[in-house]
Amino acid sequence: MELINIALKAMFVENMALAFFLGMCSFLAVSKKVDTAMGLGLAVIFVLGITVPLNNLIRHFLLQEGALEWLIGEKAEEVNLSFLSLIAYIATIAAMVQIVEMAIDKFSPALYATLGVFVPLIAVNCAILGGSLFMAQRDYTFSESVVYGISGGVGWLLAIVALAAIREKLRYSNVPASLRGLGITFITTGLMAMAFQIFGGIQL
Amino acid sequence: MKQATRQLLLDPLHLQNPITLQVLGICSALAITTTVETALLMCGALTFVLVCSNTIVSLIRNLIPGSVRIITQLAIISSLVMIADEILQAYFYSLAKELTVFVGLIVTNCIVMGRAEAFAMANPPLRSALDGLANSMGYNLVLIGVGLIRELFGTGKVLGYSIFPDGYEPNGLMVLSPGAFLIIGIFIWIQRSISPEMNEDS
Repeated sequence: MELINIALKAMFVENMALAFFLGMCSFLAVSKKVDTAMGLGLAVIFVLGITVPLNNLIRHFLLQEGALEWLIGEKAEEVNLSFLSLIAYIATIAAMVQIVEMAIDKFSPALYATLGVFVPLIAVNCAILGGSLFMAQRDYTFSESVVYGISGGVGWLLAIVALAAIREKLRYSNVPASLRGLGITFITTGLMAMAFQIFGGIQL
Repeated sequence: MKQATRQLLLDPLHLQNPITLQVLGICSALAITTTVETALLMCGALTFVLVCSNTIVSLIRNLIPGSVRIITQLAIISSLVMIADEILQAYFYSLAKELTVFVGLIVTNCIVMGRAEAFAMANPPLRSALDGLANSMGYNLVLIGVGLIRELFGTGKVLGYSIFPDGYEPNGLMVLSPGAFLIIGIFIWIQRSISPEMNEDS
Protein backbone atom coordinates (compact mmCIF):
# COMPACT_ATOMS: atom_id res chain seq x y z
CA MET A 1 0.00 0.00 0.00
CA GLU A 2 2.82 2.32 0.95
CA LEU A 3 4.40 1.69 -2.45
CA ILE A 4 1.21 2.55 -4.33
CA ASN A 5 1.02 5.79 -2.37
CA ILE A 6 4.55 6.69 -3.37
CA ALA A 7 3.82 5.88 -7.00
CA LEU A 8 0.64 7.97 -7.16
CA LYS A 9 2.27 10.82 -5.32
CA ALA A 10 5.27 10.88 -7.65
CA MET A 11 3.10 10.72 -10.75
CA PHE A 12 0.40 13.23 -9.95
CA VAL A 13 0.56 15.10 -6.67
CA GLU A 14 4.26 15.89 -6.79
CA ASN A 15 4.77 15.73 -10.51
CA MET A 16 8.47 16.35 -11.11
CA ALA A 17 7.97 18.73 -14.01
CA LEU A 18 4.89 20.65 -12.94
CA ALA A 19 5.27 20.83 -9.17
CA PHE A 20 9.05 20.80 -8.73
CA PHE A 21 10.13 22.27 -12.08
CA LEU A 22 12.66 19.52 -12.62
CA GLY A 23 14.01 18.86 -16.10
CA MET A 24 12.52 22.12 -17.30
CA CYS A 25 15.19 22.88 -19.89
CA SER A 26 14.59 19.78 -21.97
CA PHE A 27 10.91 19.92 -21.05
CA LEU A 28 10.62 23.21 -22.92
CA ALA A 29 13.13 22.47 -25.67
CA VAL A 30 11.97 18.99 -26.74
CA SER A 31 8.21 19.44 -26.48
CA LYS A 32 7.54 20.65 -30.02
CA LYS A 33 6.39 17.25 -31.31
CA VAL A 34 4.58 14.41 -29.57
CA ASP A 35 6.88 11.72 -31.05
CA THR A 36 10.11 13.23 -29.78
CA ALA A 37 8.49 14.13 -26.45
CA MET A 38 7.46 10.49 -26.10
CA GLY A 39 11.02 9.33 -26.88
CA LEU A 40 12.58 11.64 -24.32
CA GLY A 41 9.93 10.72 -21.76
CA LEU A 42 10.64 7.01 -22.17
CA ALA A 43 14.36 7.63 -21.87
CA VAL A 44 13.77 9.56 -18.65
CA ILE A 45 11.68 6.72 -17.16
CA PHE A 46 14.38 4.27 -18.14
CA VAL A 47 17.29 6.23 -16.68
CA LEU A 48 15.41 7.31 -13.54
CA GLY A 49 14.32 3.70 -12.98
CA ILE A 50 17.95 2.62 -13.00
CA THR A 51 19.82 5.48 -11.35
CA VAL A 52 17.54 6.16 -8.37
CA PRO A 53 17.76 2.58 -7.00
CA LEU A 54 21.47 2.49 -7.82
CA ASN A 55 22.12 5.71 -5.95
CA ASN A 56 19.98 4.35 -3.15
CA LEU A 57 22.38 1.42 -2.81
CA ILE A 58 25.38 3.74 -2.93
CA ARG A 59 23.83 5.88 -0.23
CA HIS A 60 22.99 2.94 2.04
CA PHE A 61 26.25 1.08 1.64
CA LEU A 62 28.81 3.85 1.17
CA LEU A 63 27.79 7.36 1.99
CA GLN A 64 25.33 7.42 4.88
CA GLU A 65 26.53 7.92 8.42
CA GLY A 66 27.78 4.55 9.63
CA ALA A 67 27.08 2.97 6.25
CA LEU A 68 30.52 1.47 5.93
CA GLU A 69 29.85 -0.98 8.74
CA TRP A 70 29.99 -3.97 6.38
CA LEU A 71 33.53 -2.97 5.43
CA ILE A 72 35.32 -1.66 8.50
CA GLY A 73 33.10 -2.80 11.35
CA GLU A 74 32.46 -0.62 14.39
CA LYS A 75 34.73 2.20 13.37
CA ALA A 76 32.10 3.07 10.75
CA GLU A 77 30.18 5.03 13.40
CA GLU A 78 32.63 7.89 13.01
CA VAL A 79 32.59 7.97 9.22
CA ASN A 80 30.03 10.12 7.46
CA LEU A 81 30.66 10.56 3.77
CA SER A 82 27.35 12.21 2.95
CA PHE A 83 29.10 15.43 1.91
CA LEU A 84 30.32 13.45 -1.09
CA SER A 85 26.83 12.46 -2.14
CA LEU A 86 26.46 15.09 -4.86
CA ILE A 87 29.57 14.08 -6.74
CA ALA A 88 28.88 10.38 -6.23
CA TYR A 89 25.34 10.68 -7.59
CA ILE A 90 26.30 12.70 -10.63
CA ALA A 91 29.18 10.37 -11.44
CA THR A 92 26.86 7.37 -11.17
CA ILE A 93 24.34 9.05 -13.40
CA ALA A 94 26.87 10.07 -16.03
CA ALA A 95 28.44 6.61 -16.06
CA MET A 96 25.07 4.83 -16.09
CA VAL A 97 23.82 6.96 -18.94
CA GLN A 98 26.90 6.08 -20.95
CA ILE A 99 26.53 2.36 -20.23
CA VAL A 100 22.81 2.35 -20.93
CA GLU A 101 23.42 4.08 -24.23
CA MET A 102 26.02 1.50 -25.28
CA ALA A 103 23.83 -1.38 -24.10
CA ILE A 104 20.78 -0.19 -26.02
CA ASP A 105 22.92 0.34 -29.09
CA LYS A 106 24.25 -3.19 -28.90
CA PHE A 107 21.17 -5.17 -27.97
CA SER A 108 18.27 -3.29 -29.47
CA PRO A 109 19.06 -1.12 -32.50
CA ALA A 110 15.35 -0.39 -32.94
CA LEU A 111 15.09 1.04 -29.43
CA TYR A 112 18.35 2.92 -30.01
CA ALA A 113 16.88 4.55 -33.07
CA THR A 114 14.06 6.04 -30.99
CA LEU A 115 15.81 6.68 -27.65
CA GLY A 116 19.46 6.96 -28.69
CA VAL A 117 19.68 10.67 -29.30
CA PHE A 118 17.99 11.51 -26.03
CA VAL A 119 20.01 9.36 -23.71
CA PRO A 120 23.19 11.50 -23.59
CA LEU A 121 20.99 14.58 -23.31
CA ILE A 122 19.46 13.46 -20.04
CA ALA A 123 22.78 13.01 -18.25
CA VAL A 124 22.44 16.66 -17.33
CA ASN A 125 18.66 16.66 -17.01
CA CYS A 126 17.92 17.92 -13.52
CA ALA A 127 15.00 15.51 -13.17
CA ILE A 128 17.48 12.64 -12.97
CA LEU A 129 19.73 14.17 -10.32
CA GLY A 130 16.66 15.61 -8.61
CA GLY A 131 15.17 12.13 -8.35
CA SER A 132 18.26 10.87 -6.54
CA LEU A 133 18.43 13.89 -4.25
CA PHE A 134 14.77 13.58 -3.28
CA MET A 135 15.32 9.88 -2.67
CA ALA A 136 18.14 10.74 -0.27
CA GLN A 137 16.20 13.52 1.42
CA ARG A 138 13.13 11.35 2.01
CA ASP A 139 15.18 8.39 3.11
CA TYR A 140 13.50 5.83 0.85
CA THR A 141 14.26 2.14 1.17
CA PHE A 142 15.44 0.19 -1.87
CA SER A 143 12.00 -1.00 -3.02
CA GLU A 144 10.53 2.45 -2.43
CA SER A 145 13.28 3.98 -4.52
CA VAL A 146 12.59 1.62 -7.43
CA VAL A 147 8.93 2.62 -7.38
CA TYR A 148 9.75 6.30 -6.93
CA GLY A 149 12.23 6.32 -9.82
CA ILE A 150 9.88 4.70 -12.31
CA SER A 151 6.72 6.54 -11.34
CA GLY A 152 8.54 9.88 -11.19
CA GLY A 153 9.57 9.22 -14.77
CA VAL A 154 6.03 8.30 -15.75
CA GLY A 155 4.76 11.57 -14.30
CA TRP A 156 7.38 13.47 -16.25
CA LEU A 157 6.41 11.64 -19.45
CA LEU A 158 2.74 12.47 -18.90
CA ALA A 159 3.54 16.14 -18.51
CA ILE A 160 5.85 16.46 -21.51
CA VAL A 161 3.57 14.51 -23.87
CA ALA A 162 0.56 16.60 -22.81
CA LEU A 163 2.52 19.80 -23.38
CA ALA A 164 3.76 18.60 -26.78
CA ALA A 165 0.21 17.78 -27.87
CA ILE A 166 -0.94 21.26 -26.86
CA ARG A 167 1.98 22.86 -28.67
CA GLU A 168 1.18 20.96 -31.86
CA LYS A 169 -2.31 22.45 -31.81
CA LEU A 170 -0.95 25.87 -30.84
CA ARG A 171 0.83 26.12 -34.16
CA TYR A 172 -2.49 26.88 -35.81
CA SER A 173 -3.43 29.65 -33.39
CA ASN A 174 -2.76 33.30 -33.78
CA VAL A 175 -0.43 34.04 -30.87
CA PRO A 176 0.83 37.63 -30.37
CA ALA A 177 4.27 37.97 -32.01
CA SER A 178 6.22 38.61 -28.80
CA LEU A 179 4.59 35.72 -27.03
CA ARG A 180 5.35 33.15 -29.73
CA GLY A 181 7.60 30.24 -28.88
CA LEU A 182 8.92 30.37 -25.34
CA GLY A 183 6.42 32.84 -23.86
CA ILE A 184 3.25 31.00 -24.74
CA THR A 185 4.85 27.70 -23.77
CA PHE A 186 5.46 29.00 -20.27
CA ILE A 187 1.91 30.22 -19.93
CA THR A 188 0.54 26.91 -21.25
CA THR A 189 2.69 25.03 -18.76
CA GLY A 190 1.41 27.33 -16.04
CA LEU A 191 -2.17 26.43 -16.90
CA MET A 192 -1.28 22.74 -16.97
CA ALA A 193 0.41 23.04 -13.60
CA MET A 194 -2.74 24.70 -12.28
CA ALA A 195 -4.78 21.72 -13.48
CA PHE A 196 -2.36 19.34 -11.79
CA GLN A 197 -2.78 21.26 -8.52
CA ILE A 198 -6.17 19.55 -8.26
CA PHE A 199 -4.37 16.37 -7.23
CA GLY A 200 -2.88 18.29 -4.32
CA GLY A 201 -6.05 17.75 -2.32
CA ILE A 202 -5.79 13.96 -2.41
CA GLN A 203 -4.93 12.48 0.95
CA LEU A 204 -2.57 9.54 0.59
CA MET B 1 35.16 50.31 -22.24
CA LYS B 2 35.83 48.48 -25.45
CA GLN B 3 32.87 47.49 -27.58
CA ALA B 4 33.55 43.78 -27.24
CA THR B 5 33.86 43.91 -23.46
CA ARG B 6 30.71 45.96 -23.14
CA GLN B 7 28.85 43.46 -25.27
CA LEU B 8 30.21 40.63 -23.17
CA LEU B 9 28.93 42.28 -20.02
CA LEU B 10 25.62 43.73 -21.15
CA ASP B 11 24.21 41.20 -23.61
CA PRO B 12 23.38 38.54 -21.01
CA LEU B 13 21.36 41.08 -19.04
CA HIS B 14 18.79 41.64 -21.74
CA LEU B 15 19.31 40.53 -25.34
CA GLN B 16 21.00 37.22 -24.52
CA ASN B 17 19.43 36.67 -21.13
CA PRO B 18 20.18 33.12 -20.01
CA ILE B 19 16.66 32.45 -18.75
CA THR B 20 14.34 34.27 -21.08
CA LEU B 21 16.26 33.83 -24.33
CA GLN B 22 18.76 31.00 -24.01
CA VAL B 23 16.28 28.92 -21.95
CA LEU B 24 18.98 27.83 -19.50
CA GLY B 25 18.59 27.16 -15.81
CA ILE B 26 14.83 27.37 -15.70
CA CYS B 27 14.27 24.78 -12.97
CA SER B 28 15.84 26.73 -10.18
CA ALA B 29 14.49 30.03 -11.46
CA LEU B 30 10.99 28.73 -10.95
CA ALA B 31 11.41 26.61 -7.87
CA ILE B 32 13.13 28.87 -5.39
CA THR B 33 11.55 32.22 -6.21
CA THR B 34 8.69 32.00 -3.72
CA THR B 35 10.44 34.62 -1.59
CA VAL B 36 13.11 37.23 -2.32
CA GLU B 37 15.30 35.86 0.44
CA THR B 38 15.66 32.37 -1.03
CA ALA B 39 16.08 33.88 -4.49
CA LEU B 40 18.98 36.02 -3.22
CA LEU B 41 20.64 33.04 -1.60
CA MET B 42 20.35 31.04 -4.80
CA CYS B 43 21.74 33.99 -6.80
CA GLY B 44 24.76 34.14 -4.53
CA ALA B 45 25.42 30.43 -4.83
CA LEU B 46 25.00 30.41 -8.59
CA THR B 47 27.20 33.48 -9.13
CA PHE B 48 29.96 31.85 -7.11
CA VAL B 49 29.71 28.54 -8.97
CA LEU B 50 29.41 30.06 -12.43
CA VAL B 51 32.31 32.51 -12.12
CA CYS B 52 34.61 29.90 -10.57
CA SER B 53 33.68 27.12 -12.98
CA ASN B 54 34.10 29.35 -16.02
CA THR B 55 37.52 30.47 -14.77
CA ILE B 56 38.74 26.98 -13.92
CA VAL B 57 37.45 25.39 -17.12
CA SER B 58 39.04 28.17 -19.13
CA LEU B 59 42.38 27.78 -17.31
CA ILE B 60 42.63 24.09 -18.15
CA ARG B 61 40.78 24.20 -21.47
CA ASN B 62 43.87 23.24 -23.47
CA LEU B 63 44.54 20.22 -21.27
CA ILE B 64 41.08 18.63 -21.46
CA PRO B 65 40.79 15.93 -24.14
CA GLY B 66 37.66 16.43 -26.23
CA SER B 67 36.16 13.02 -25.51
CA VAL B 68 36.02 13.42 -21.73
CA ARG B 69 35.31 17.13 -21.51
CA ILE B 70 31.72 16.75 -20.30
CA ILE B 71 32.64 14.61 -17.34
CA THR B 72 35.61 16.86 -16.53
CA GLN B 73 33.34 19.87 -16.50
CA LEU B 74 30.82 17.99 -14.38
CA ALA B 75 33.51 17.07 -11.86
CA ILE B 76 34.69 20.69 -11.59
CA ILE B 77 31.15 22.00 -11.28
CA SER B 78 29.99 19.46 -8.73
CA SER B 79 33.06 20.10 -6.55
CA LEU B 80 32.24 23.81 -6.58
CA VAL B 81 28.59 23.15 -5.80
CA MET B 82 29.62 20.97 -2.88
CA ILE B 83 31.66 23.88 -1.50
CA ALA B 84 28.73 26.25 -1.97
CA ASP B 85 26.37 23.76 -0.34
CA GLU B 86 28.61 23.28 2.70
CA ILE B 87 29.00 27.06 3.12
CA LEU B 88 25.24 27.58 2.95
CA GLN B 89 24.62 24.76 5.43
CA ALA B 90 27.15 26.30 7.80
CA TYR B 91 26.06 29.94 7.72
CA PHE B 92 22.44 30.01 6.50
CA TYR B 93 21.13 26.72 7.85
CA SER B 94 17.40 27.45 7.98
CA LEU B 95 17.35 29.11 4.56
CA ALA B 96 19.41 26.31 3.04
CA LYS B 97 16.80 23.88 4.38
CA GLU B 98 14.17 25.79 2.44
CA LEU B 99 16.15 25.47 -0.78
CA THR B 100 16.12 21.68 -0.22
CA VAL B 101 17.61 19.86 -3.18
CA PHE B 102 17.91 22.90 -5.38
CA VAL B 103 21.39 23.89 -4.25
CA GLY B 104 22.56 20.44 -5.31
CA LEU B 105 20.74 20.87 -8.56
CA ILE B 106 23.05 23.74 -9.54
CA VAL B 107 25.23 20.88 -10.82
CA THR B 108 22.74 20.21 -13.55
CA ASN B 109 21.79 23.83 -13.97
CA CYS B 110 22.27 24.20 -17.69
CA ILE B 111 23.63 27.76 -17.37
CA VAL B 112 26.80 26.47 -15.73
CA MET B 113 27.32 23.62 -18.19
CA GLY B 114 26.19 25.73 -21.10
CA ARG B 115 28.61 28.58 -20.43
CA ALA B 116 31.49 26.23 -19.71
CA GLU B 117 30.87 24.40 -22.96
CA ALA B 118 29.99 27.36 -25.15
CA PHE B 119 32.30 30.06 -23.83
CA ALA B 120 34.95 28.97 -21.35
CA MET B 121 36.25 26.16 -23.57
CA ALA B 122 37.20 28.70 -26.24
CA ASN B 123 38.20 31.86 -24.36
CA PRO B 124 40.96 33.05 -21.96
CA PRO B 125 40.31 32.99 -18.20
CA LEU B 126 39.63 36.68 -17.60
CA ARG B 127 37.06 36.94 -20.36
CA SER B 128 35.47 33.69 -19.20
CA ALA B 129 35.20 35.00 -15.64
CA LEU B 130 33.54 38.17 -16.96
CA ASP B 131 31.18 36.08 -19.07
CA GLY B 132 30.31 34.02 -16.02
CA LEU B 133 29.67 37.15 -13.99
CA ALA B 134 27.53 38.75 -16.68
CA ASN B 135 25.45 35.63 -17.24
CA SER B 136 24.84 35.13 -13.56
CA MET B 137 23.77 38.78 -13.34
CA GLY B 138 21.26 38.18 -16.14
CA TYR B 139 20.00 35.18 -14.21
CA ASN B 140 19.91 37.07 -10.92
CA LEU B 141 17.92 39.89 -12.50
CA VAL B 142 15.13 37.54 -13.58
CA LEU B 143 15.25 35.56 -10.34
CA ILE B 144 14.97 38.58 -8.08
CA GLY B 145 12.28 40.09 -10.29
CA VAL B 146 10.18 36.94 -10.16
CA GLY B 147 10.86 36.49 -6.45
CA LEU B 148 9.78 40.06 -5.76
CA ILE B 149 6.47 39.68 -7.59
CA ARG B 150 5.71 36.28 -6.08
CA GLU B 151 6.47 37.33 -2.52
CA LEU B 152 4.72 40.69 -2.83
CA PHE B 153 1.46 39.30 -4.17
CA GLY B 154 1.70 35.90 -2.55
CA THR B 155 2.19 37.16 1.01
CA GLY B 156 1.84 40.93 0.85
CA LYS B 157 5.36 41.33 2.21
CA VAL B 158 8.87 41.86 0.83
CA LEU B 159 11.79 40.48 2.84
CA GLY B 160 9.46 40.28 5.83
CA TYR B 161 8.28 43.91 5.69
CA SER B 162 4.57 44.39 5.07
CA ILE B 163 3.96 46.41 1.92
CA PHE B 164 0.22 46.16 1.46
CA PRO B 165 -2.24 47.39 4.13
CA ASP B 166 -3.69 44.85 6.56
CA GLY B 167 -6.82 44.04 4.59
CA TYR B 168 -4.79 42.48 1.75
CA GLU B 169 -5.84 38.94 0.94
CA PRO B 170 -2.70 37.01 -0.15
CA ASN B 171 -2.91 35.52 -3.63
CA GLY B 172 -2.14 31.84 -3.10
CA LEU B 173 -1.60 31.19 -6.80
CA MET B 174 1.62 33.21 -6.72
CA VAL B 175 3.26 30.94 -4.17
CA LEU B 176 2.24 27.75 -5.98
CA SER B 177 4.04 26.49 -9.05
CA PRO B 178 1.60 27.74 -11.72
CA GLY B 179 2.26 31.32 -10.61
CA ALA B 180 5.95 30.96 -11.40
CA PHE B 181 5.27 29.71 -14.91
CA LEU B 182 2.80 32.48 -15.62
CA ILE B 183 5.08 35.23 -14.31
CA ILE B 184 8.07 34.08 -16.36
CA GLY B 185 5.80 33.80 -19.41
CA ILE B 186 4.67 37.38 -18.88
CA PHE B 187 8.30 38.49 -18.27
CA ILE B 188 9.25 37.06 -21.64
CA TRP B 189 6.28 38.73 -23.27
CA ILE B 190 7.20 42.16 -21.88
CA GLN B 191 10.87 41.76 -22.72
CA ARG B 192 10.19 40.74 -26.29
CA SER B 193 7.67 43.50 -26.80
CA ILE B 194 10.41 45.96 -25.86
CA SER B 195 12.96 44.33 -28.16
CA PRO B 196 11.06 42.70 -31.03
CA GLU B 197 14.34 41.34 -32.50
CA MET B 198 14.14 38.63 -29.82
CA ASN B 199 10.88 37.24 -31.22
CA GLU B 200 10.76 33.69 -32.52
CA ASP B 201 9.16 32.94 -35.86
CA SER B 202 7.01 29.91 -35.46
